[in-house]
Amino acid sequence: MTSDTLIQLALYILFLPLLGFLVLIFFGKRLPRHGDWLGTGILGVTLIFSLIILFVKLLSYPAETFISQFTWIDFGNVPFIGPVSIELGIMLDNLSVIMLVVVALVSFLVHLFSIGYMQGDVRYSRYFAYLGIFSFSMYGIVVTHNFLMMYIFWELVGLSSYLLIGHWYEKKSASNAAMKAFIVNRIGDAGMFIGIMILFVTFTTFTFEKIFDSLAVGTIPFGSEAWLTAAGILIFCGAIGKSAQFPLHVWLPDAMEGPTPVSALIHAATMVAAGVFLIARTFAIMTGDALMVITYIGVITALIGAIIAITQYDIKKVLAYSTISQLGYMVMALGTGAFTAGFFHLVTHASFKAGLFLGSGSVIYAMHHALHKKHDHHTDPQDIRNMGGLKKKMPITYLTFLIFTLAISGVPFTSGFLSKDEILAGTLGFASVTGHYLIPVLAFLVAGMTAFYMFRLLILTFHGEHADKSRESDLHESPSVMTIPLIVFASLSIWIFYSFNPFGAASGWFYSAMERPLSVVPVDVQPVAAEVFNKAVHDVHTVAMILSILIAGLGILFAFAVYHYRKIDADNLSKATGPLYSLSYNKLYFDEMYDKSAIRGTLGLAKISAWFDNTIIDGIVNGSATLTRLWSNFSGRFDNVVIDGFVNFSAYFTGFIGLLLRKFQTGKVQTYIMFVIFSIIIFFFIFRSL
Amino acid sequence: MTHSLAQIPQWLAEPGLEHFLIISAILFSLGLLAVVTRRNVIMVLMGIELILNAANVNFIAFTRFSTISLEGHLIALFVIILAAAEAAIALAIVLNIYQQFHTVNVDEVSTLRE
Repeated sequence: MTSDTLIQLALYILFLPLLGFLVLIFFGKRLPRHGDWLGTGILGVTLIFSLIILFVKLLSYPAETFISQFTWIDFGNVPFIGPVSIELGIMLDNLSVIMLVVVALVSFLVHLFSIGYMQGDVRYSRYFAYLGIFSFSMYGIVVTHNFLMMYIFWELVGLSSYLLIGHWYEKKSASNAAMKAFIVNRIGDAGMFIGIMILFVTFTTFTFEKIFDSLAVGTIPFGSEAWLTAAGILIFCGAIGKSAQFPLHVWLPDAMEGPTPVSALIHAATMVAAGVFLIARTFAIMTGDALMVITYIGVITALIGAIIAITQYDIKKVLAYSTISQLGYMVMALGTGAFTAGFFHLVTHASFKAGLFLGSGSVIYAMHHALHKKHDHHTDPQDIRNMGGLKKKMPITYLTFLIFTLAISGVPFTSGFLSKDEILAGTLGFASVTGHYLIPVLAFLVAGMTAFYMFRLLILTFHGEHADKSRESDLHESPSVMTIPLIVFASLSIWIFYSFNPFGAASGWFYSAMERPLSVVPVDVQPVAAEVFNKAVHDVHTVAMILSILIAGLGILFAFAVYHYRKIDADNLSKATGPLYSLSYNKLYFDEMYDKSAIRGTLGLAKISAWFDNTIIDGIVNGSATLTRLWSNFSGRFDNVVIDGFVNFSAYFTGFIGLLLRKFQTGKVQTYIMFVIFSIIIFFFIFRSL
Repeated sequence: MTHSLAQIPQWLAEPGLEHFLIISAILFSLGLLAVVTRRNVIMVLMGIELILNAANVNFIAFTRFSTISLEGHLIALFVIILAAAEAAIALAIVLNIYQQFHTVNVDEVSTLRE
């Protein structure tokens, strides 16, 4: 199969979901079954195509990069700058073909799951249409070969995320969450845009390859390495927004207001991973300082997510904070230079976290139907305190959920163990080279916390007795259209798909396919060199593995001790930790902090400017109006009294004179003669004396 | 003859220029009086004739008592002719007025005012 065929298949993958979106949005309601088969079928086709591309690419062309591009706008030879043109195109390298399969697989299975979960929804066809445009945008991010298209599709996934979070927009909380997600993302995207523009004004192109090549020969923005670091961090801002990194992570928990399959697709597996993908894509231009910032942001995010997840009671909120924590992990891994491990974790996390969300969807579906049957509209179907004992009622959901939980906790023989182990080894190796030992310490701590809160979730949901006995008979396993995706994800959470050795991924296909790209930044600002880093990781690998198994085991044991065997009372524990507990339960008061600072600040500023507008600007306008009115009043009066008075007076005076003179005009000849004679006599006397 | 002449007063026996001028002034005043006071248009015209004649007397008197030759006489003759022509025209106007207003009373014919 030639490269042209691969490019064509990639184009089909990109544009088929767009076609599906157009058909569903205009004719969805008139199609049989409201068109769910169409959206799902199209995603099935793209899944097959992407699998073909993956196998052909990795087997036949493992080291090549296929680019197909055309010139979109040619500015010609711009004065002082040189030739400028904007190319659009797609690029297939190992990174993008693996990501394509991840997106296609999760998207297809979520489509399948949604057929069951969203049944009878008021906007059923529109839901599938939005899933279609999301898939289109996500494929766009994956296959693009330039920053401009990346940014456009970046915004499009933001839009589809907004549309899908607000799918049940009648709920105030859902529409608010959609707006929050959109606005918070905009902050990050603004930074990303500035970063892209720094690169564009320097290299006059958006294409990744050209920028990397120019950097490799020593061209750097504005001749300063600080600008390059700034550009890297600004582009990373986009990832902070999309991948819900500290301090912009606040939108992701709220985004759980959307339908659960959407949370699985967008807010667990693909869109939020786009930020990680972006860092992987632009890894070559990141300087050592930029990567250090990325590492610390990642580790802070991982810690915050884990701390908050421990005390939440909403099943989806726990998973949301766990997602934030795991995304922090990936970002941290890329920052330390464990490029392959970070991207590997993205792939494994996509399957088990999507599975966890779909599993929670299955649980919520069952709870919702049981509550509905009893006409109970007060009990929250998502609160794990209302669950328990679902193990017997929903065996498939339980078993798959267990596998996902084991995977995310990093228990051996799961995919999560492979990737997490590599990440932990990476942080340890990084620390041994650079001396930043805080990072591995926090990373191991987060690993233990993850095991603890995930097993807490599992035990509270599935083990023990159900919270309300009367409800038990109404709880059923979900239909097969929902359990099949769970089974597929669960099987993909087994180590075998990634490496035949369950205790090390380095020998698997993934590690041979994904290699850390060569850094193109100037030598003195480069991150730790790959050889040095790999050697350090190799030295600490066994230690890291044993430590990670121990810590995960400790977390799991602790969770069982507290929630299953109840050796330690959870309430006493929360009382004992007092302020720490309430800090975690209230999500570290991030929302309150932002409300008090950013939102109040903005509102205050708006109020001040409104006051300024109302008082000063309007005052000036009104004042000038009043002044003009006064002046015109005065001038009107002057006109009426003085000018008109003068005119009227002269007319009146003339009339008066006329009235007087009129008396002389008798019309009698004799009178006139008398006047003449008297006049002559008078003149005679006057002139005689002269 | 001389005696009988002596009985006549001086100013009468030898009339000078002043006498004529006085006569003429009286004549003029009478004419003017007639023009101003008479209601009948015919009478007004007669007054005008008197004024013209007063002027004639003046011309003749000044010619008699000056060294100049016959210009005064000539102008007097002109005035007489002029008076005749004027009378003719004036009478024609009067006739027309009568036709228009059915009266020759100047007080009633006051349309000049308008």
